[in-house]
Amino acid sequence: MSATLAPPRTVTYREALREGLFEEMEADDRVILLGEDVGRYGGAYAVSRGLLERFGEHRVIDMPMSEALIVGAALGAAAVGARPVAEIMYMDFVTLVMDQLVNQAAKLHYMFGGQLTAPMVVRVQQGIGRGAGSQHSQSLEAWFAHVPGLKVVAPSTPADAKGLLKSAIRDDDPVLFIEHKGLYARKGEAAGPTHTVPIGLADVKRSGEDLTIVAWSNMVHTALAAAEELAREGVSAEVVDLRTIAPLDMATVLASVGRTGRLLIVHEAVRTAGLGAEIAAETAERHHGQLRAPVRRLATPDVVLPANTTLERELVPDADAVVAAARDLVRS
Amino acid sequence: MSVTASFGGREGRPPLVQLLTPEGERVEHPDFAFDLDDEAIKGFYRDLVLTRRVDFEATALQRQGELGIWASLLGQEAAQIGSGRALSAQDYAFPTYREHGVAWCRGVDPLQLIGLFRGVDQGGWDPRESNFHLYTIVIGAQTLHATGYAMGIQRDGLVGTGDPRRDAATIVYFGDGATSQGDVNESFVFASVYNAPVVFFCQNNQWAISEPIERQSRIPLYQRALGFGFPGVRVDGNDVLACYAVTKAALQRAREGSGPMLVEAFTYRMGAHTTSDDPTRYRLSEELEHWKLKDPIERVKAYLSRNGIVDAGFYAGVEAEADELAARLRAGCLSMPDPDPLSIFDHVYVETTPQLRQQREDFAGYLASFEGAH
Ligand SMILES: Cc1ncc(C[n+]2csc(CCOP(=O)(O)OP(=O)(O)O)c2C)c(N)n1
Ligand SMILES: [Mg+2]
Repeated sequence: MSATLAPPRTVTYREALREGLFEEMEADDRVILLGEDVGRYGGAYAVSRGLLERFGEHRVIDMPMSEALIVGAALGAAAVGARPVAEIMYMDFVTLVMDQLVNQAAKLHYMFGGQLTAPMVVRVQQGIGRGAGSQHSQSLEAWFAHVPGLKVVAPSTPADAKGLLKSAIRDDDPVLFIEHKGLYARKGEAAGPTHTVPIGLADVKRSGEDLTIVAWSNMVHTALAAAEELAREGVSAEVVDLRTIAPLDMATVLASVGRTGRLLIVHEAVRTAGLGAEIAAETAERHHGQLRAPVRRLATPDVVLPANTTLERELVPDADAVVAAARDLVRS
Repeated sequence: MSVTASFGGREGRPPLVQLLTPEGERVEHPDFAFDLDDEAIKGFYRDLVLTRRVDFEATALQRQGELGIWASLLGQEAAQIGSGRALSAQDYAFPTYREHGVAWCRGVDPLQLIGLFRGVDQGGWDPRESNFHLYTIVIGAQTLHATGYAMGIQRDGLVGTGDPRRDAATIVYFGDGATSQGDVNESFVFASVYNAPVVFFCQNNQWAISEPIERQSRIPLYQRALGFGFPGVRVDGNDVLACYAVTKAALQRAREGSGPMLVEAFTYRMGAHTTSDDPTRYRLSEELEHWKLKDPIERVKAYLSRNGIVDAGFYAGVEAEADELAARLRAGCLSMPDPDPLSIFDHVYVETTPQLRQQREDFAGYLASFEGAH
């Protein structure tokens, strides 16, 4: 019966995000987009191309060059009923919006005794891959996992990106939506207009029995490539894609580790106090005695990222490194 | 000349300080005069041409995959050479990522800029030697550093002593887009309050990537200074003589202890924002054509030729020098080795930590495990 259906549509991560924005803006005129170069230029990474033409300058707003303004104004607009999507060009520049995001947006609901909400999304992109240097390549998701009141997502596929973006826009809490510069051109199955992905739910991207590999964002694809290689060696790896950073879906991780007895966490962010530490600690507390090997983390060393692309690639764990670590874990 | 606090607000004053018209004619200005001779103008011509050539060569290298990215200064040569040549040796300059012309004036080898954009190092020049800070990419941050530096030399007694070899000033470069950042406005406030010896040199090249100046300001940028309590002036940023004269006056004022000044160099980014950008997507080509008529190099050439100051041999000499420079940059760029992977651990801290040393060892072991594997 499915033979008569058209094959699934393939889109890039970038297109999926654009579709998500487009559909939400069509459906709800409270949704607005604001940031630097988001309108006429269509976004530094071309995500919002065409949206200005469709929705006009009142809803797709090229902002003066101040990140604090972009996020602070989004919060102000959210407090009077808008559902803003604010874009910060590089994750590294969230340093300039920390007060607005951490002290203001994340605390608004609590400090007003539940009377106000901040239904806003802050889109950022992070990560290596373009030799963008020390101030344009950092992975900083762990900072925000440490801020109660904020939700944080970091999808890895076009369908998840679209589904999570829709959920984030509809969510009444502030959501930090983390994209990755290495993902924009990645293709995957397209999601339809009704598809959403709930915030707070991890996804098993590949089932396996011997060990669990936890990853998110671009690193999921490294983990999947490693799992493929491991399978050739007779090692069966399960890959859990967190998708949401906060709130963290430890239930899915623990269920997987309960089956495999081994946990490897891989992230692009630097090692110390990265999100891997939190996952490892939670697992150790709740699965003590059931683990067949010590929990293992693989991450970028605690260095300042270079502009050199060769070095960049060497520093961040690649599939070979994941395979080697997984092999160690299974054989130990 | 007097540069008073009422600067920029006086009635009937020409809004744009210009000393050399696009046609190459010298004109007078009531407040600013160019006080050097034709030999100096010949030197400026050479600077302008060589700087543009550095830019062309670097752009070509990027196109050929040899540089990660390049931020072109095309069209802004006069603003940079004029202001850069106005600096005294003891003055300190804080650039953005586009100040290749200022780097040139400060004696930084363009090859070091190329190394930075090639990703083999972080710049490599010693800022204490050249008094030229490292490029700053996070927009506006350097204005705060400059204010702090200026307050520092003030406290060191290097301002207002009357000794021209001792008195120093700071200059900080930023763009029109940067003027919307909190950092820039905060530095204006504190430079003013402390009367810090800093010249705020804004190259208004009309664009912040795809956003036109109208997105950042309703009033001419130089007029903002008055609200912060110091003078502002708009200079023809494509006029190297005016940029020199105005910057020199502003620096002198700062060195004497009269405080900050905002110089708005009114210019145009003739190229793309960076090599990653395509400006045809957001601006009209007529605008570029209009600005081409105001080219910063052509007017100097017109002046020199029309007044018989140089002959064809002079131009040929500069051209030959440019060819030689370009060839040196190309060869130098291609021969730059990739950095040693382990060098990434070297300057995280002044003295490495035991933890990081361990990570370095682990990383070395990891790299070694792949050797001979393929
Ligand atoms: C804090 C910060 N926000 C955004 C960016 C991305 N960005 C790089 S250059 C630029 C435009 C800068 O415009 P302007 O200040 O006019 O300087 P110009 O590039 O025109 O010389 C932007 C938005 C950045 N580098 N830093
Ligand atoms: Mg500009």
